[in-house]
Amino acid sequence: MGENLSKELNLNIKEFKIDLLKNGGDPGALIPLLQSAQDSYGYVPEKVINYISEFAEIPAAEIYGVVTFYSQFRLKPLGKYIVKVCEGTACHVNGAKSIVDMLLNELGIGVGETSDDGMFSLLSVACLGCCSLAPVIMVNEETFGSLTPDKVKKVLKKYRQK
Amino acid sequence: MVEVKVGLGTCGISAGGYTVFDELKIEKDKNNIDFELKETGCMGMCYREVLVEINDDNGKWLYAEVDKIKVKKIVEDHLISGKPIEEWLVKMGKSESEDPFFEKQKRIVLRNCGEIDPNSIDEYSAREGYSAIRKVISNGSPEEVIRAITESGLRGRGGGGFPTGLKWKFTREAPGDKKYVICNADEGDPGAFMDRSVLEGDPHSVIEGMMIAAYAIGAEYGYIYVRAEYPKAIERLRTALGQADEKGYIGNGIFGSKINFNVKIKEGAGAFVCGEETALIASIEGKRGIPRVRPPFPAVKGLWGKPTNINNVETLANIPWIINNGPEAFASMGTEKSKGTKVFALAGKIAKSGLAEVPMGMTINEVVFEIGGGIKDGGKFKAVQMGGPSGGCIPASMGDIKIDYDEITKTGAIMGSGGMVVLDETTCMVDLAKFFLTFTQNESCGKCTFCRIGTKRMLEILEKITLGKGEEKDLDLLEELSYKIKESSLCGLGQTAPNPVLTTLKYYREEYEAHIRDKECPAHSCAALIEYKVIPEKCTGCTLCARNCPVDAIEGSVKEIHWIDPEKCIKCSLCFQACKFDAIEKI
Repeated sequence: MGENLSKELNLNIKEFKIDLLKNGGDPGALIPLLQSAQDSYGYVPEKVINYISEFAEIPAAEIYGVVTFYSQFRLKPLGKYIVKVCEGTACHVNGAKSIVDMLLNELGIGVGETSDDGMFSLLSVACLGCCSLAPVIMVNEETFGSLTPDKVKKVLKKYRQK
Repeated sequence: MVEVKVGLGTCGISAGGYTVFDELKIEKDKNNIDFELKETGCMGMCYREVLVEINDDNGKWLYAEVDKIKVKKIVEDHLISGKPIEEWLVKMGKSESEDPFFEKQKRIVLRNCGEIDPNSIDEYSAREGYSAIRKVISNGSPEEVIRAITESGLRGRGGGGFPTGLKWKFTREAPGDKKYVICNADEGDPGAFMDRSVLEGDPHSVIEGMMIAAYAIGAEYGYIYVRAEYPKAIERLRTALGQADEKGYIGNGIFGSKINFNVKIKEGAGAFVCGEETALIASIEGKRGIPRVRPPFPAVKGLWGKPTNINNVETLANIPWIINNGPEAFASMGTEKSKGTKVFALAGKIAKSGLAEVPMGMTINEVVFEIGGGIKDGGKFKAVQMGGPSGGCIPASMGDIKIDYDEITKTGAIMGSGGMVVLDETTCMVDLAKFFLTFTQNESCGKCTFCRIGTKRMLEILEKITLGKGEEKDLDLLEELSYKIKESSLCGLGQTAPNPVLTTLKYYREEYEAHIRDKECPAHSCAALIEYKVIPEKCTGCTLCARNCPVDAIEGSVKEIHWIDPEKCIKCSLCFQACKFDAIEKI
């Protein structure tokens, strides 16, 4: 049944080892499943939650509960460029606030929001772990450190022109 | 053969490490030079990244702040012509004098970080790697191992400080045929990156530590619970586990014995509370990471209801060293009740931020000034924040305090996992307390009412104070709430959440009072209590501030003295940062 349902929903998820959940199997497989779904789609689509729920006979509400508990999971797709601004302690004392202000101002969106054109999403993270470069932002996989509000402008400009 | 190593921990990569690495490779092929180009983990000097070390007949040469352009010259001058470029070096050949950053350190946990290629099991093996586990399997009973760890005096490095040997003993003695060992790599404190650096720089030492723990308690299965936000650490752990598996070091019948040990990696999905043992277990079991009542402790009833031993990354990385060098060697370092070393992530307003491992018993002043080089940009040392959201601030006046679990707990802060954020006079303590409370408020799982709602109320009060709307009675209320939250929360998150407020109230009460009574922020940091003004004598009329103002609050044309309209100003500080003549002041 699992395979048919998966085809019907047009699920195309890499490393989606749902069989581990069969007949009550290994409940610990749930979070890795959700992670692989997010890897493939960029977020956790509702259809995936429903699919897992039916397959493994876990209430969808319970899966939704897990999804919303962890900050890694998103229920909506993000923009093309994901701007993560670090608000860790080192960044905080080194002026992260002025960086956030500049991002809000330049992007015209709030933290956790995506711009209407789908170009940028702005997220705040607790610590990116490169404290010696504080204050830091990350755009997709690229890190920018020792920032000033002015440098932030230049970084965004670079992505806008891409 | 000459060896060239590039520091490729997350800090090095962020600073452009791979660009340097690729450039070295291009130069090597282009000039057809015979040297071995290698990756290595964090060397500790994060403030001088990208770091490149050349190992030749004349010793070790460490180049700092290397970029694409410098690579070309280093290759030409040093590697081809044999002339090291002195002004770029922080470590010079065979010369005895070391940079003070390294000189005062004692590297046990970081013994291989920045030395070996983390992707090479052979390099780890060449430095006594996997010899400790062989030793205990061939001639050491589990009880003997536990005794050795107990005698070493090692205590949990995740922050709790519980004696590791005792923890192992409890799990060993707990009835049950199936047991688990878990490595807690869910390093969540903002401003802490010790565990990440160890995993990125020396993953095998953590795996070996886990194997010894598993042998001692009688576990055949292990989990490494690591933050998904650490992709490089996960990648290197996977490589390391694959290599260990290939060599027969993990799996069934390890090292030709009858002992089995299998390890799985679990990626944490981002929840600070999962650093707590029972929440971490719930998360591995696929549930929301919510702590439960203890006892029963995980040592008796843990993962899937079986006896489980959980140790932090740094704790485990110490284990092989203790077995190889003996518990006495470890216990000879440190203070009476805190043995060995501690790794600190130095960050904040410090001149040399990075990773430093020091013997226990060193004073805070020694760490800040002798290793960390003091405060950056000539600022004045105000305090250190230790233990992140669970910890507190220790004022500069108490800088003679020793790094010791019990001494630090006495101040109201905690040793914590090793984040040491240095603060200068520009940091407002009320704002800092608010910062940490915002964090814990966000991360509270919601199970205990006092933690869930109490921290919210505390945060509201702190917000009120930073807006200049605080009242005298607020301070008592903050204290009352703090103690109630500590008493009525199940897990460490709630029990320690008020610490940042309590310690700042204890040592910096006058700062709170200044916000409340005088509506002033002594550190000139809280936006609602400051005003930006142009200093007419310094203003050159360059218009830079006006061009940077997002709300057009600055008036004045070219070569005219500018003026900030307080009605329009949103206090974003952009003009203050933009001005090249220090002509804007905060009052």
